[in-house]
Amino acid sequence: MSQTKKELLVDPLVDNNPITLQVLGICSALAVTSSLQVAFVMALAVTFVTAFSSMFISILRNQIPGSIRIIVQMVIIASLVILVDQILKAYAFQISKTLSVFVGLIITNCIVMGRAEAFAMKNPPMASFIDGIGNGLGYGLILMLVGFIRELFGSGSLFGATILQTVNNGGWYVPNGLLLLPPSAFFVIGLLIWAFRTWKPKQVEEREYKIQQVEAH
Amino acid sequence: MEGLISLAVKAVFVENLALSFFLGMCTFIAVSKKISTALGLGISVMVVQAITVPTNNLLLSYLLKPGALAWAGFPNVDLTFLGLISYIGVIAAMVQILEMVLDKYFPPLYNALGIFLPLITVNCAILGGSLFMVERDYNFAEAATYGVSSGFGWALAITAMAGVREKLKYSDIPDGLQGLGITFITAGLMAMAFMSFSGVKL
Repeated sequence: MSQTKKELLVDPLVDNNPITLQVLGICSALAVTSSLQVAFVMALAVTFVTAFSSMFISILRNQIPGSIRIIVQMVIIASLVILVDQILKAYAFQISKTLSVFVGLIITNCIVMGRAEAFAMKNPPMASFIDGIGNGLGYGLILMLVGFIRELFGSGSLFGATILQTVNNGGWYVPNGLLLLPPSAFFVIGLLIWAFRTWKPKQVEEREYKIQQVEAH
Repeated sequence: MEGLISLAVKAVFVENLALSFFLGMCTFIAVSKKISTALGLGISVMVVQAITVPTNNLLLSYLLKPGALAWAGFPNVDLTFLGLISYIGVIAAMVQILEMVLDKYFPPLYNALGIFLPLITVNCAILGGSLFMVERDYNFAEAATYGVSSGFGWALAITAMAGVREKLKYSDIPDGLQGLGITFITAGLMAMAFMSFSGVKL
């Protein structure tokens, strides 16, 4: 194995982040980030599903016939998601209501599928498990960052506790309502990607067309 | 009838799957570089959506709902917890069947859509459509309408996005925003534009 366990865990956080670089699992990243608490639960759920599905798929990898591997992976992932869904409904009903269909959509979250296909099919169970946790955390990191920005500036609170007293409650902070609306998630993630790529210039994509400098006459 | 039309308009514009629920974003971002491919994918999503949402609706009302198995003599059985795994099974099977039917009877269409079909199984817009159908308790007619129109809304959004991106590649964008970054911001602006439909009352 070329990568150590620590690299497997840390690499997906920034250098190979599932959202900003691999473009996986964006759907839920945008939809569930209007408050930090929901983002946190979602991040936990995805980490759990990614880690365990990678592990189980990796255990079975030598038994799964190539032609039906997608269906086998789907069944494993769907069973884990049902587990998460039932647990949330039993112990955190309010949050499960807010997440609504997005818990079910973890099944089609490309991170889970992507890691199963790209990593778990070729590596031993322990490494796949750690890789799953790493990618789940990388996803969670972005989710929490976006949730943090949107909840703090959109409604002046964090985890539901007031940080910036809003004008409506007699404070001074005028909340930015745009940040609670869906489009703001696109802007926040777009700007985050900009920040990440300025920090790590090797992630910058090639231009398709170069703009040529024309000498002035 | 009026109810169905307003449901359809709502699903296309106000509650656009791609731009207000962010479903199918991975493909939305990845396959929106050219109008022709985007249109092909959009149409396949629409077809699959139009088939799977009503099918899952039938599955729900005759097999999974509490009391749905009364016709088989099990009136007290509640299988709703098996929902997720059944819906994804139906979707995967439908996509596979569609692929085989197209391959056998409509080869030109198969060649045009071929590469996109397997991708659709893992497109969240499809599963999302079925899950919304369950959550909002649609009956069969509503489910069929919702399937077609939400698929159409998604196709509309990805084609529009591809149109913007075809022009966008000639523009001078800061290095860090190149590619993915600017695509996100464009999608955000489009989502804002679609939000203006939310005032439309029917």
